[in-house]
Amino acid sequence: MSEAANRLKKQLHYEKTFDCVQCGYCLPACPTYETMGKETHSPRGRINLVKMVAEGKSSVENMREPIEKCLGCRACQTVCPTNVQYGEILEGAKSVLEDHEKKTKKQQVTEDFIFNGLFPSRKWMNAIGNATWFYQKTGLQAIARKSGMTAMAPLHLDKFEAVLPKVASPFERRNSPRLVKAKRNPKMRVGFVSGCVMDSMFHQTNKNTIELLSRAGAEVVIPKAQTCCGALHAHTGKLEEARQLAKQNIEVFEKENVNYIVNNAGGCGAMLFEYDHLLKDEPDWNRRAEQFSKKSRDVTVVLTELDGLEFRHSMNERVTYQSSCHMTHVQKVTSEPLALLEGIPGITYREMAGYDRCCGSAGIYNIVNYEDSMEILDVKMEKTRRTKADTIVTTNPGCLLQMKLGIQRAGLEKEVRAVHLVDFLMEADPQPKEPRK
Amino acid sequence: MKVMTSAHEQELQAIFGENRVLLEESDRLSYSFDASFGTYMPDAVVQPRSTEEVAKVMKLANREGIPVYPRGQSTSLSGGPLPVNGGIVLDCSQWNDKLEIRPEDMIAVVSPGILTARIDEEAEKWGLMYPPDPSSSHVSTIGGNLAENSGGPRGLKYGVTKDYCIGLEIVTPEGHVMRTGGRTIKNVTGYDLTKLIIGSEGTLCVITEATLKLVPRPKAYRTAMIIFDDLVTSGQAITKVLTSGILPSKLELMDQACILAVEEYKPLGLPVTAEAIVLIELDGHPKAIEEEIEKVAFICREAGAHSVNVAGSSEEAAKLWQARKLVSPAIVRKKPTKVSEDATVPRSKIPEMFQRLKEIRDRFHVDLVVFGHAGDGNLHPNIICDKRDLEEMDRVEQAVEEIFKAAIELGGTLSGEHGIGTMKAPFMEMEVGPIGIDMMKRMKNAWDPNQIMNPGKIFPEPGKKLVLRDE
Repeated sequence: MSEAANRLKKQLHYEKTFDCVQCGYCLPACPTYETMGKETHSPRGRINLVKMVAEGKSSVENMREPIEKCLGCRACQTVCPTNVQYGEILEGAKSVLEDHEKKTKKQQVTEDFIFNGLFPSRKWMNAIGNATWFYQKTGLQAIARKSGMTAMAPLHLDKFEAVLPKVASPFERRNSPRLVKAKRNPKMRVGFVSGCVMDSMFHQTNKNTIELLSRAGAEVVIPKAQTCCGALHAHTGKLEEARQLAKQNIEVFEKENVNYIVNNAGGCGAMLFEYDHLLKDEPDWNRRAEQFSKKSRDVTVVLTELDGLEFRHSMNERVTYQSSCHMTHVQKVTSEPLALLEGIPGITYREMAGYDRCCGSAGIYNIVNYEDSMEILDVKMEKTRRTKADTIVTTNPGCLLQMKLGIQRAGLEKEVRAVHLVDFLMEADPQPKEPRK
Repeated sequence: MKVMTSAHEQELQAIFGENRVLLEESDRLSYSFDASFGTYMPDAVVQPRSTEEVAKVMKLANREGIPVYPRGQSTSLSGGPLPVNGGIVLDCSQWNDKLEIRPEDMIAVVSPGILTARIDEEAEKWGLMYPPDPSSSHVSTIGGNLAENSGGPRGLKYGVTKDYCIGLEIVTPEGHVMRTGGRTIKNVTGYDLTKLIIGSEGTLCVITEATLKLVPRPKAYRTAMIIFDDLVTSGQAITKVLTSGILPSKLELMDQACILAVEEYKPLGLPVTAEAIVLIELDGHPKAIEEEIEKVAFICREAGAHSVNVAGSSEEAAKLWQARKLVSPAIVRKKPTKVSEDATVPRSKIPEMFQRLKEIRDRFHVDLVVFGHAGDGNLHPNIICDKRDLEEMDRVEQAVEEIFKAAIELGGTLSGEHGIGTMKAPFMEMEVGPIGIDMMKRMKNAWDPNQIMNPGKIFPEPGKKLVLRDE
């Protein structure tokens, strides 16, 4: 066999495709199989295509559409009876596609902008944050909306633009503290991963996260030199870039001597949780990456462990929960967010059918594959509507924006809101719990 | 070897519109396999949503001699939906618009693409139950279940798919629409074509609608886990339970190899020295099964069980069943390929079958584990192997052949619930004899004169052997 064929097999994780016994148990769990109705867009179908490509029975281009239309939600891994590592197979396939580049101009420009400009650079994200802030404050937004100007923006950005949260002023964000002491007897010291999207567009949620942790009894450090987690890069096959970002974060947090490395975005959390896997072939880094991943925690897990809050304000709302796929299927965090929610006085919890299924946000999937994403979202909104909830709680910025978009599409702006769990907890006036005597 | 021309493709598009005719290579590759072995490229995949569309495509196929392969979600373990001679795959999995429960008649009327488990979920709303429960019922379609006459753990008490289907709407290979049976339990008008079609593996016609019988839903369930130091004792205990006037809804067994695999995978504290674990579930009126489960426990203790654990709550019961659920993921950890057989023997021959399986394991040095529905003699000998290892697969093929021989010699059958498909076709004559094959073939020829319905299945083809390797 030629060396190139062998290299392709390795890059596609060919050996791992044999773990799939093609039983089909993943089909009902797959949101794209549900909406697109073709085996080609199911986990079993995609794994088979990867195998066919690896064996030289089909061409790389033949798997492009099925692989690019995968949400990467990893719900299939949770239901798989033979423990197929779909995430690895998917990332391998994406990196092969990336090398085999033949992208359309529009996509190339967008991806270049997103990956090489937007996400890795805090400066860029700040600029975006500033521009967004300026845009909202000056009233330009209102004019643009009225005149339909934003509808002409490429990639349906107008749709997302309309649901962006109020952005904090650049002054406020630049002056964020780097260390926040515990508001009661400190039980632990944690590092906080501020994230790129979270820090610019959801700055208030980050502030609330830090506040909750400190009230619950954690000292929080927010290292300035940290960077993007690399999730969006890894999920589009840009593995080398993702590794560089991972290394930078590992170095930064190693210096801080913390018990946990805390994040509040399910998608980022999953990436941090898998740094060990990302760097497993790099002898200088794999142990360090393992240490990092072991310490990585979602904020809900740390708050549950601290058990240091009591809520003073009764919320009197009907609440439903849309889980983050990467929190559920990769980090396997499922009970903590629900337990926190149910600890809030006054709420009525209404479980949504399939709340653990993807909402179609999936990183930048909803920007790159807008129509497919909206079909998945519409299915989700129908299920949301049946809960009659007035508040949808999520734990990831992508899901939050998508749910806001869903509310708008369903014309429910007046009755329903979407909110990050952390912000919802803050609304219930959490105070440090007095230790039991 | 393509059997279709572009004119045929256009004709299909005229019937289905462009979106439901899949011609791209990536799509066709995605319908080239099932959960058994081998990949076969179809020329086209169509996704019907109505009986009329099926009739049209059958007329076209019959006129042009193009093979047609009905397919559900392709969870088949016997090769039933594989498009072995090219042609058209009829993907009925997306045809799921009808699921009507008629509580007054105690029936359900369903489209072929409805997932089997959904029928039972809907029936539950009316206090009814659709009993057949293949382990893939949350994935598999009723159309596929009907074609293969699928069964599951509840088969012991409730029977299999054919015991619940009382009427069908079908499209014949020549494109005619007809109905068989009806909506009544009793119906002796003419030949029972319904039962002929169920289990015919898509070789006689396309099922487009089914009328299913429902039964009252049991009010309560009780579960017991019984551990045996040796396998023969477990067989004796099972016989004693089943002859005591109690009919369990499920009676599942796992052997020592399964117990070891589960304990290595996720330690549940199962005794690794035990040769067998038996799980028994009773259903019915809470008071009745309360008494019966005690009796089951007593009988098993008397018969020499190592220990008996009766679950006190449904949570505890779920915990006990966990052991059985973990078997599948546990056994594939060593090697990825699972050859799953379903040779079935009369209940009384179970201990003997276990002995024969042990001999086969030793003789061919294969990694053979046994679990399954011991109550109805439907064992699942699974051989864990690696299909990339050709030498090993050669031994596996021989071992499988020996398993079939053993089952038939003990008065059993090649397949209890998976079907014959491509996998077991070479062994058909061993069970039904040359006259049996001939009579079946005459029936096939009468229904499908042009041999377009799911060719290559059930009937042995000269020179064809069991092949578990990819060419």
